[in-house]
Amino acid sequence: MIVCDITAFPKEIQVKDPAALSAARRPYGESLQMTGGAITLQAPEVWWSEMEHIRMPKVENVRLVDRSYSRRTQVGTLYLTATHTIFVGKGSEDRNELWVLHSLVCNVVKHKASQSGYPLLIHCKNFQVIQFIIPQESDCHDVYISLSRLSRPEKYEELYCFSFNPNVDKAEREHSWDFLDLKAEFSRMGLPNKMWHITPINREYRVCDTYPADLFVPKSVTLPVIVGSSKFRSRGRFPTLSYYCKENHATICRSSQPLSGFSARCLEDEQMLQAIMKSNPGSRFMYVVDTRPKLNAMANRAAGKGYENEDNYCNIKFQFIGIENIHVMRNSQQKLIEVSALRSPSMGEFLLGLENSDWLRHIKSIMEAGIFISKAVAEEGVSVLVHCSDGWDRTAQVCSVASVLLDPYYRTIKGMMVLIEKDWVSFGHKFSHRCGHLDGEAKEVSPVIDQFLECVWQLMEQFPCAFEYNEKFLISIHNHVYSCHYGNFICNSQKERKDLRIKEKTHSIWPHLWENKLDFMNPLFKPEQSQNQGLLRPSTAPYCFKYWRRLYNRFDRELHPRQSELDCLMTIKEETQQLEEELALYEQKLAVLDKERAKTLYMQKGVLDSKQPLWSLPLDTTLANTPQDYLGGFMGGAPNVFTLQQGERESAELCLFGDKPKSSDADNSDQESGVADFSSHSSGEESLPSEDSGKDPDSDETGPNKA
Amino acid sequence: MELSEHIKTANVEDVTLKRPFHPALRGTLCVTSHHLLFSDRKDEASWQLLILLKNIDAVEKRAVGSSGTITIKCKDLLVLQLEIPGMEECLNIASSIEALSSLESVTEMYPFFYRPSHLTLHGPWGLSSTEQYYKQTERLWDRWRVSTVNSDYSVCPSYTSAVIVPREVDDDKLIRSARFRQGGRFPVLSYCHHRNGMVIMRSSQPLTGANKKRCKEDELLLQAVIDGSELGYVIDLRSAQQAQQARMTGGGFESKSCYSHWKRIHRHHERGKVVQESLIKLVEACNDPSHSVDRWLSKLENSKWLSHVHSALSTAGLVVECVERDGHSVLVHGSEGTDNTLLVSTLAQLILDPASRTVTGFLCLLEREWIQAGHPFQQRCAHSAYSHARLKLECPSFLLLLDCVWQVWRQFPLALEFSEALLLRLAQEAYASNYGTFLCNSEQEKCAAGVKENTHCLFQSLSKPDIEEQYLNPLYEPNDLAIWPSVHPQSLQLWTGLFLRWTEYAQNMVEAREEVWSIVKEHREKAGPDRSNNTPSTHCDTLTPFENLMDELTIL
Repeated sequence: MIVCDITAFPKEIQVKDPAALSAARRPYGESLQMTGGAITLQAPEVWWSEMEHIRMPKVENVRLVDRSYSRRTQVGTLYLTATHTIFVGKGSEDRNELWVLHSLVCNVVKHKASQSGYPLLIHCKNFQVIQFIIPQESDCHDVYISLSRLSRPEKYEELYCFSFNPNVDKAEREHSWDFLDLKAEFSRMGLPNKMWHITPINREYRVCDTYPADLFVPKSVTLPVIVGSSKFRSRGRFPTLSYYCKENHATICRSSQPLSGFSARCLEDEQMLQAIMKSNPGSRFMYVVDTRPKLNAMANRAAGKGYENEDNYCNIKFQFIGIENIHVMRNSQQKLIEVSALRSPSMGEFLLGLENSDWLRHIKSIMEAGIFISKAVAEEGVSVLVHCSDGWDRTAQVCSVASVLLDPYYRTIKGMMVLIEKDWVSFGHKFSHRCGHLDGEAKEVSPVIDQFLECVWQLMEQFPCAFEYNEKFLISIHNHVYSCHYGNFICNSQKERKDLRIKEKTHSIWPHLWENKLDFMNPLFKPEQSQNQGLLRPSTAPYCFKYWRRLYNRFDRELHPRQSELDCLMTIKEETQQLEEELALYEQKLAVLDKERAKTLYMQKGVLDSKQPLWSLPLDTTLANTPQDYLGGFMGGAPNVFTLQQGERESAELCLFGDKPKSSDADNSDQESGVADFSSHSSGEESLPSEDSGKDPDSDETGPNKA
Repeated sequence: MELSEHIKTANVEDVTLKRPFHPALRGTLCVTSHHLLFSDRKDEASWQLLILLKNIDAVEKRAVGSSGTITIKCKDLLVLQLEIPGMEECLNIASSIEALSSLESVTEMYPFFYRPSHLTLHGPWGLSSTEQYYKQTERLWDRWRVSTVNSDYSVCPSYTSAVIVPREVDDDKLIRSARFRQGGRFPVLSYCHHRNGMVIMRSSQPLTGANKKRCKEDELLLQAVIDGSELGYVIDLRSAQQAQQARMTGGGFESKSCYSHWKRIHRHHERGKVVQESLIKLVEACNDPSHSVDRWLSKLENSKWLSHVHSALSTAGLVVECVERDGHSVLVHGSEGTDNTLLVSTLAQLILDPASRTVTGFLCLLEREWIQAGHPFQQRCAHSAYSHARLKLECPSFLLLLDCVWQVWRQFPLALEFSEALLLRLAQEAYASNYGTFLCNSEQEKCAAGVKENTHCLFQSLSKPDIEEQYLNPLYEPNDLAIWPSVHPQSLQLWTGLFLRWTEYAQNMVEAREEVWSIVKEHREKAGPDRSNNTPSTHCDTLTPFENLMDELTIL
């Protein structure tokens, strides 16, 4: 519970009892890092300006509507702070708090007044939908105006990551940014080597301001060639290495589209491609994959852009893969979200809505592109250059999907982090624009990274034993991409982040996720299994692409399985490990005891019989000299030790399958037996009366936990 | 014997067998009275495939030069291809299969010939009887009794000889009530809730007809069911409109004026042909090789299969709500009371009753609610999704039940003692089996055909203490509560284990299942013998190679 009135201390929020706070917050993903007894949210200067936007810091008697049972509401107080919207429910139940980061708010909508008040709907970027009913129209309007402004910051400095301060010292924070090292990643791949090296050309971001400083190019390529090639590519994004396959030297390179127009060519660019092709000595040609639909690419020619002409480049095979652009994807996801938010659709409405959204078709097209590239690299040993228009959306998706298919490392927790850091963050995926971190062009927003995460999820569904991580990991990443809680996904390029001194002012998400990696483990992961090594060959049959309920209905608890196989297996695994450790410990103790016994025995030879009632066997002093024998005697007494151990184990198991104290959120304690609302579907002329049958949804006697 | 007369060519050499995701094999094909046997020619460790002819749903032949190709489509959805040298042999084989796979006479079917060494024909048949169920259910003793009014099956030909009815209603009243119900299926007890003594009854529709006939005894019977409490619910599995229309053809519903203490709720459920066609469309969509055409979701939608799953589960949920939450008794019926009625009452019990979630409990439930309650398996499972034969009385009600149970398992992965493999096995056995359990349409027919004397019982064989590990859920943890499934479309999924069983998709899932087992086993090993009590001993009867093979087939 929050002890102090938050609004009373605009400049510094003191939250006592952080455990309760964290419990309330954990279900919603944006957990605070707590190190001390109390956390302090220190307010930087910018907060003062934020505070100005809060017209209404506190509204009483607000009702929070449970979206799944609209009859069920909770009365409480709504607080607006500089960073969060907080709802604190009244009543005896503890932990009934709801915290929503302003940066996660996608939009705020006022609905028509109802009898009970003025409804306010908050749609979040993590697909949470929150409905408040506010008694006074003026309050509702004030909250609406305040939230609308707070959720659309104009400056980076207003974002939460700049004020988030989890009691860690400066050194620790800086250290958090060193958690991932892309140089180490390239050397894991086997780079630099005699064919590839880092070019210093972009150290100051002069050749391409959206690229990272360190870039791998073929050794044979001279600086003028790089500069020439970059001038012939949109935004200067010249072909550079994304993935290198140690086994056969094939590479995945990426770039933006060439400025070929209808007939222009560039010798340096042609040399560049030639050099990439030649640095893979095993192959006679390379693929150039344009991930756009052919029509789109052709239309670009009119604007002086376009695609590579096979006649101008030697030994390239050119290939279109029709992935639609960011605008199509945005609209598609919008439709998908609408379908996922349908209250109680019929099966038909849901399936047709899903189909009409086209979302899964788009996922399939990205997957197919990834499969094409991974097969070219692994099976044909042919290098691939991938581009789209600017080479920061579809190109990032396709390169990273191909990498996940190719390299088991990216199917581990650390590997996935590295992959996102490499293909997305460093190569200038425009997170700020695509995720709408700041108030700006709505047309720039697009769920490009959502699609990548979903592709990985679809692969996890097909290969349940091939991934070290589980879907919670992906969902957590998704949440943090949008939450602006950490600095990793702020800005649109490495240069912008450097200019903004992100590493000095904010924290990195990766160590935080790494610390919680037990939550993200897939218990079924079997890296040694042959089909999980090397190239994954997913099926692209349409039935293999499923609706990702856990992401899109993440907050609709009643839609998810009531028992978690994953959690159960994880607990079993952990317990097995504990038992193993215990066993090892006891064996150790046993060995020590043996030794001591041997010693005492040796010393007390004469008076042994009377002093050692523990041994039931009548001891012959001559026998006692040989270690095996009193080991046998000792073992006779040993069961005492073990029964105690068993007792402990059983009590541990009792909670193993029931309430799981370890992973229990305030939220899912009633997962065992949720009560679904069947009567709302009643289609007949008569339906169950809700009043006279005494069917109070709150009084379900099926109870929240198994007694 | 007549069966062998159908076999014109018994053996063909040099046949090529093609199966999904396996390399083609060459070997010998052999047709017997009940089986199709293929064995490859390698002498050592020869591989054999044995298929019950009854499992074959459709045979398609195609001539390629002098040889022919037969495509065999099985009721368990497997599709095989056989390339047979010699046109005549090919045609002979095809016609033999066609004739022998559609035998009409029950006593000629394979269960009457299946005599494995590890089973004997003596002893009681089945897991439990009505009398036994009554004895076990103490709650019933006070107000309910076992009636043998139907001992010669004259009152209701599709019921068992013994049924449970309210104690205060005598047999004469039952006879009169039976006359007022379609097919004589008067209201009988299906389940008594252990927590509050409320009951689920099932019956067929009342024959009120156009002129609103009444039956005093039927009304008394239902009155006796709720005895004392103020309300009961009739869950009518037809829409209100359909129920009205049924009156025109002599059927009807329990009207408010005659059954004043019963509240009627209508829930529309598709039946018969519509559901069968759903299955056909769904399997067609799953087997569509043109993956580039991306109309999968609309095909899935168009099949309506998941809509049937949705309605069945939500009506079952409604029944449970009435019984568990509201504390009222329920009568479930549609028209005949032999399909959707059983589907809903079975699911409701699975949700309500922890005892029905163990292997034996579940099999007992199926025995009570499907075998003894007279689901006409022989008619309903005559053909499956591939058959070109004109549909008669086929309807995959039982398959739909298994799908719904699978959905419950997906949502409560710890709550059921049995595994998906058991559901798959049952799905297969219902259509083609070595056992007599799913033969005939009712107990009466079973008696007439001598099924209990001359065949083995599947449920008995499955519920042995040494049940195979694969039929058990390694994560099972008994749970006393009702397990309410979510019925939102977002929560329901295609049963890939069944419908995509023969695709590459299923292969990876097998790996996952195995891994779950190995995790659990490792734990049990480490935790010591006190925990491993519930580790099932693996089935290791010494079977002859032939029988072993057959076991493999049913498991496949």
